[in-house]
Amino acid sequence: MTEKHTFVITVANRVGVLARISGLLSSRGFNIESVVACQTENPDVYQIQLVIYGTSDQVQQISKQIQKLIDTIKVVDIPHRKGDPIREFILVKIPARRDRSEILDLVGVFGAKIVDCSPSSMTIDLSGPSRKIDQFLEMMKPFGIREYIRSGPIAVGA
Amino acid sequence: MTTGAEILIDALKKEGVDVVFGYPGGVVLSIFDVLFRTPEIRVVLTRHEQAATHAADGYARATGKTGVCLVTSGPGATNTITGLANAKLDSVPLVMISGQVKTAVLGTDAFQEADMAGLTRPICKHSYLVQKVEDLPQVLKNSFHIARSGRPGPVAVDVPADIAQAELESYVYPDHPDVPSYQPAGKGNARQIGKLAEAIERAERPVILAGGGIVAAGAAAELVRFAEKTNIPVATTLMALGCVPDDHELFLGMPGMHGRVAANYALMECDLLIGMGTRFDDRVTGDLKSFAPRAVIAHVDIDPSEIGKNLRTRIPIVGDVGSVLADLDKMVAPRLANEWNRIVREWSLVHPLSFTQEPEGEILPQYVIDRVNHWAARDTIIATDVGQHQMWSALFVRHREPRAFLSSGGMGTMGFGLPAAMGASLGFPGRPVVVITGDGSIQMNIQELPTCTLNRIPVKIVVLNNSCLGMVRQWQELFYDGHFSKTCLKERPECRAACPGHREDCPNAFWPDFVRVAEANGMPGFRAERVSEVDEVLEKGFAVDGPALMEFRVKKTENVFPMVPGGKPINDILLGVSP
Repeated sequence: MTEKHTFVITVANRVGVLARISGLLSSRGFNIESVVACQTENPDVYQIQLVIYGTSDQVQQISKQIQKLIDTIKVVDIPHRKGDPIREFILVKIPARRDRSEILDLVGVFGAKIVDCSPSSMTIDLSGPSRKIDQFLEMMKPFGIREYIRSGPIAVGA
Repeated sequence: MTTGAEILIDALKKEGVDVVFGYPGGVVLSIFDVLFRTPEIRVVLTRHEQAATHAADGYARATGKTGVCLVTSGPGATNTITGLANAKLDSVPLVMISGQVKTAVLGTDAFQEADMAGLTRPICKHSYLVQKVEDLPQVLKNSFHIARSGRPGPVAVDVPADIAQAELESYVYPDHPDVPSYQPAGKGNARQIGKLAEAIERAERPVILAGGGIVAAGAAAELVRFAEKTNIPVATTLMALGCVPDDHELFLGMPGMHGRVAANYALMECDLLIGMGTRFDDRVTGDLKSFAPRAVIAHVDIDPSEIGKNLRTRIPIVGDVGSVLADLDKMVAPRLANEWNRIVREWSLVHPLSFTQEPEGEILPQYVIDRVNHWAARDTIIATDVGQHQMWSALFVRHREPRAFLSSGGMGTMGFGLPAAMGASLGFPGRPVVVITGDGSIQMNIQELPTCTLNRIPVKIVVLNNSCLGMVRQWQELFYDGHFSKTCLKERPECRAACPGHREDCPNAFWPDFVRVAEANGMPGFRAERVSEVDEVLEKGFAVDGPALMEFRVKKTENVFPMVPGGKPINDILLGVSP
């Protein structure tokens, strides 16, 4: 049975380290659902979060292979289960000349925030579980979404 | 002031490098210039960078030291790719240093630019692109450390031209590597080793499968002692041949696709299978689902990613196999030989390796190898290429000690043999080295003959010439209705439709003429076309003081048996009688 997993990978901050990990996955025919990567509180250490689908055997093997890379410090595998604190971030830009109050109501309901506003558009910032993000996008559709960017799921290991 | 190039060569000296296989070019001129005035390091100019990499590989396999090659950027560097992948799959410690275009033009498609850090990423244990001359000493220290520690493997170091030329005010070669994220396993977990000891005590039908990890760990003697104490029969993979002397009564031979019947039966019938430094490759296991159906699997390996990769493992032990064997030895009581030992012994006796050489018939390749055993000195290192001759060598060469049989296992790289033999010979000056090759394989790196002649590398080249790509031909005969598509090395456009693979009226036109090729490259060449000439040619060839080539025109239709067809259980063995 394939399941969604987030890998939280701590690596040495070196040129090409992300390419090493993505290459390792592509050489085994895995598609990366999402990837978030940035420096940590220690500038020599970099953290990569990526989401893949796989069976538990596959995921275990990949986790070991990533661990085997010389630059890898730690790999934490977080299977996506109900109730785990896995969140996504999204920025949505919608044209908003007329329906502003209706949009503001929905923003309130979802606990989102308006981060930018112009005479012709609004940019909304929301975080939460992936399902909530999907629902919010569904609700925004009638207003005509101009553009959005999702972070992909991120998690903190137990 | 010290330049990057000087730092690099100084690092090689401090790492104990005595031979470098290389090929110069534009961006490595400054490095070769330093080598010009470094008599301590012998630089061997190969005729192709692939051969330089295989030579460094052969040197490393034979000596256990780290092999080094040095090439220029672009095509020089990309020519090493096959050699690096080959070393990676067989876990051979190698440091490949390539020149690179200047940092200022990196990524601009400059002349002879290729992204080597990128290209080598999936086929090396690690790779570096040096970006500052200040980083160079530590990068080199780390590279040698990574290459030879843990599960060994190749490391690629890409050095831009301006970094080789840059100067440093002061410089100290570091004493220690600095790779905090890399912590190779050492001792095995005592509780897990205890579990294995218990399993051994309970087992009725135990067997050890030993792989290349035993060689890398230098644990062959410990393995033999342990097997003797516990009376556990041992099969060794292609990479571990020689770890158990082949006349040892506990030795089962090599298992797998072209393995010994006794070894395959033992793996299938055992109730405890102890894998040691092996990766349960598909050529060993055959169909995984039906492999070792009644066995508890214990697996000792220094690389945790190997454990559970192919087989469900009941007793995983991550650690250096030498240290695990030592710990295990303390926990295991001697075990007496039982009915299982008798059964296994009987399999060996009922299914011996054999061939029948008719005195007036065509020369059989197995016969030539058997006679090589006779003429070669006891301490001879034998390298092989890839194909039928490789499997016959694995089966028929006398294996007496580790690091004396060098063969491309995981990658199956044709063209490996001759340069690997050169590397071994340079690693052990004075020790005899033979390469057993085929007419297909030798042509993949035949350009190294003058390298042998000029550098007085006394490699004896045994070419088993069956005028075809024998292993592929064998598969075509057995599994593709005898459609010999592009496997005949005598094929001309006009033979296409009619030839069933071997015609009585086939013109006896072998190209190249290997004897003349040898002579054109400054070494004696000999040819045997009849059985009666085999010994004569070997005697002459082995008597040459220096390199020599011996060609044997062997039977084209001879096939390698035993054989397990791909994807079948390994007790489903074709014993085959060649036509």
